[in-house]
Amino acid sequence: MQGIRKAFGATVALDGVDLSVAAGEICGLVGQNGAGKSTLMAILAGALAPDGGSMTIDGRPYAPPSPIAARRAGVAMIYQELSLAPHLTVMENVLLGAEPMRYGLVDRGRMRQMASAALAQLGHDDISPDAAVGTLPVAAQQLVEIARALAVGCRVLVLDEPTSSLGGADVAHLFTLLRRLKDQGHAIVYISHFIEEVQAIADRFVVLRDGRNAGGGVTAGATHDAIVRLMVGAAPDDLFPRTPRRTGEAIVEVAGLEPGSASFTLHRGEILGIAGLVGSGRTRLLRTLFGLEAVKRGRIRIGRADFSAAGTPSGGPRGRWRAGMGLLSEDRKSEGLALGLSVADNLTLTRLEPFGPHALVMPGRQQQTASEWIARMAIKCAGPSQAAGELSGGNQQKVALARLLHHDVDILVLDEPTRGIDVGSKAQIYRLIDELVADRPGRPAKAVLMVSSYLPELLGLCDRVAVMRRGKLDAPQPVAGLTEHDLMMRATGAPA
Amino acid sequence: MTARSLLDRTGVFIGLVLVAVIFGLLVGRQFFAPANLELMARQTAIVCMAALGMTIVIATGGIDLSAGSMISLTTVVIALALGAEYPPLVAAMAGVAAAAACGLLNGVLITQLKVVPFIVTLGTMLVVRGAAKGLAGERRIEAPITWLNDLLRSQSSGALLPAGIWAVAVLALAVGGILRYTRFGRHVFAIGSNERMARLCGVAIVRTKILVYTMAAALVGMAGLLQFSKLSVGDPTVAVGLELDVIAAVIIGGGSLLGGRGSTSGTIAGAAIMTIIQIGCSQQGLPNWVQQIVTGTIIVFAVALDRWRSKTQS
Repeated sequence: MQGIRKAFGATVALDGVDLSVAAGEICGLVGQNGAGKSTLMAILAGALAPDGGSMTIDGRPYAPPSPIAARRAGVAMIYQELSLAPHLTVMENVLLGAEPMRYGLVDRGRMRQMASAALAQLGHDDISPDAAVGTLPVAAQQLVEIARALAVGCRVLVLDEPTSSLGGADVAHLFTLLRRLKDQGHAIVYISHFIEEVQAIADRFVVLRDGRNAGGGVTAGATHDAIVRLMVGAAPDDLFPRTPRRTGEAIVEVAGLEPGSASFTLHRGEILGIAGLVGSGRTRLLRTLFGLEAVKRGRIRIGRADFSAAGTPSGGPRGRWRAGMGLLSEDRKSEGLALGLSVADNLTLTRLEPFGPHALVMPGRQQQTASEWIARMAIKCAGPSQAAGELSGGNQQKVALARLLHHDVDILVLDEPTRGIDVGSKAQIYRLIDELVADRPGRPAKAVLMVSSYLPELLGLCDRVAVMRRGKLDAPQPVAGLTEHDLMMRATGAPA
Repeated sequence: MTARSLLDRTGVFIGLVLVAVIFGLLVGRQFFAPANLELMARQTAIVCMAALGMTIVIATGGIDLSAGSMISLTTVVIALALGAEYPPLVAAMAGVAAAAACGLLNGVLITQLKVVPFIVTLGTMLVVRGAAKGLAGERRIEAPITWLNDLLRSQSSGALLPAGIWAVAVLALAVGGILRYTRFGRHVFAIGSNERMARLCGVAIVRTKILVYTMAAALVGMAGLLQFSKLSVGDPTVAVGLELDVIAAVIIGGGSLLGGRGSTSGTIAGAAIMTIIQIGCSQQGLPNWVQQIVTGTIIVFAVALDRWRSKTQS
């Protein structure tokens, strides 16, 4: 792949990226969240068309119009979320879309034979071709997916975070298998957040940062530290406002919370950040804290309310709102907003009580309040009755955030508050968050707990930052003196 | 307001006017004569009443296939109660309560077993029909003639319209008001539009849904009362498949099976469209099969419009 470019609207995702991998070689591809790895691989696999650049396989030009065409040309993707049909058998999955036919009917005998051959090639003839895929453990499902790629003769394999759902022993097996495939002459691109994995398995590595090649080389001899430095790049400019804050009372206390192994205290007048890689369990921790997922163990105190035991009355999100905590979901479209409903309904849903006597909701008063928030947050929309789905991403996010402000929560739990929104809205949201925790006479400061994949944002806004790694949260540390490099080292599992 | 959202809100009413004009031209002036309009109102009252309940259910993204069975159960319960010499008012209330109990069962099963409404109500459609037949001993239940039989009768003097039609009108306003002007109503649309968001926002989903299915069933029970009034007997085999007419009225009226949409005014207009076609066709001397083809075509196009709307929205 040479000089690959891709832009989505005004956002340039890839700006002239090169990548090559030889037969019998494993190339590690690393980079921060949003560095362009997934876009690059989507182009390689034919799911996206590049805006510029060229690709060749065995010296011949390669421009797949679709994933099927890419597969025919010998390129197969093994995704994080396995794409198997759980109710079908192993052999049906392996030969899905490439079933051997005889007299217009599926030749099940040959199908079994071909599937067995592919599994044997992987050294796993212990998997029965007749087992239903859904009954197999995840590691075996992954093998079925790799077998599917081999059965149709693919020679370039792309593995996207293949170890994210595997245990230690399964990872070792996978590595053995990958080396075996390498020796058989396959070319493998190995994408991972975990630098030690890349060091263990890859011959070469390529680092992407902000849609460009940031460096690369032979894995042997490259230190963990050096690779992280390439991923992080130069220090960012100081774009984040910081009005004086004064740490107040402890308003949230979490001790030994599972899932998440989390223990921390959040005070008024403080922003606590949570860093970590995508898939490290950050969102799960926030959802558990907010009562959207079951608390397995541990203690949660919010204000004066105790939410430790699962199944306590009003233990769900309803109780959290009552106790003065609000959650901004990372998934705006499927959990954060009802896109078909109006801006006013979305904004005021958690607190409709002010809009009428008893159980009534007077549309006039609701719209009035919504209009005030639209003005205060500078939300660009046709009016409070416009459907939320018609707004831009940044304005949708402001509606979702305004919901917490309308509810007047004391504790704002923000999951990726600036993901996928424009720069202008970002700056506005930063100012707003800073304003909430500022030390101002006459009103108590709020407390903010925020997850972000964008490290400069965490360092710029937060007072303390904790890091989540493989489902475990470490102790929060004051942000003064921390660097992106430190956080990335902790998130990717630096050797002690 | 964009042209599309204008069409969105007024589409069904434009359709109603269109259909009325077409049959007005075909049949002639007498099509709009007061007697004929009243005939149509009486014809559509049962479907309308049940469709008010279905509107709420569909707004939450659910469905209730047991409506027809509940209507038959209601007629049987009323007939049995009258036969046991309870006063007519008590008998009517017993019938409505029986339907409401079925709705409560639907709501509890849907929320506690976490089985989709389609399957739960497909099951209770059979269960309730069976219960009605068992209760009636698989025959029609004769009942003494009371004022309950006059609910849909044409008024010779005094009141402008039969009491049953007034009841539909009053309840339509009440349900419309509840959906639009109460916290419960906003929660119904929030659940239908995005249930995950409703949960995140602390909406009491289980409680709201159980209330929705119970309320809807009580309205279906009211439809059962009207059905009894028309039949004057308890009939466990009546209203088979009626739920499909009821659902059709809601969908033609702008309700979306994906949830989050629907209004009582639209539903009433939807039911009116179906009735005009039905009565217009028969007065025009067109056979029954033509009515069915026309109605079926309209349902498909209404849903196609629904798909198109939700696609252009996202």
